[in-house]
Amino acid sequence: MPVAVHLPTVLRSQAGGAKTVSVDGTTIGQVLDSLVAEYPGLSGQVVNDDGTLHKFVNVYLNDDDVRYLKALDTPVGETDEISILPAVAGGAVGVGWPSGPGSSHPR
Amino acid sequence: MLYLDEPEYHQIVAHCLGGLPDEACGLLGGDPDSGRVVTCYPTRNLAASAKLYTVDPKEHLRADRDAEAAGFSIIGVFHSHTHTDAYPSPTDVAQAPDPTWHYVLVSLRDTHPVLRSYRIVDGEIDEEPVILRSR
Repeated sequence: MPVAVHLPTVLRSQAGGAKTVSVDGTTIGQVLDSLVAEYPGLSGQVVNDDGTLHKFVNVYLNDDDVRYLKALDTPVGETDEISILPAVAGGAVGVGWPSGPGSSHPR
Repeated sequence: MLYLDEPEYHQIVAHCLGGLPDEACGLLGGDPDSGRVVTCYPTRNLAASAKLYTVDPKEHLRADRDAEAAGFSIIGVFHSHTHTDAYPSPTDVAQAPDPTWHYVLVSLRDTHPVLRSYRIVDGEIDEEPVILRSR
């Protein structure tokens, strides 16, 4: 059963530049397997070798993050839309913060 | 080159100040070819930390749909550093999701916020000019 998968800009070059592709599957896991089978350049970028979802991507079934559904076992219907986006995170951890007296935030 | 209009600049800085004492974050919608920011999407920092940020994935999806529907894309992310320079940390570089994006950093260390923008490609950090315009 074909399902629409929306790709983020960072992955589109591995799928011939397509924003949206159509691949088969009845669960998120199957859909992602079909996606990688069709576009081998995406291998390792969405699903890890151990079959879990890559930490640096978020996969959505319609409006919901699949991690809060049944992850890769989440069932997918023909009218569903799947979106993949990069996880956006970072921060100043690991950078030396000022310490000692007078280092509190000026505000 | 990042083109930022004054309303978006103020929106970014205000969201960063409003997030104190934690880091604040958000996404930039715009034209990927020119680097022009059209819409700023302040988002929740799911990490709720003064040293880390995580853009709320659901807000990211909404912002992405909104930008695409308007004929634009998400072209970058902004976040604050509360006590350090407006320069990408090793964590920022390691987790930079897209080499085509603009990475805007706002330092709140000093009295006046400092905003800078970078490209991060293959772990290499390159600062880029920010062209601030009134609209």
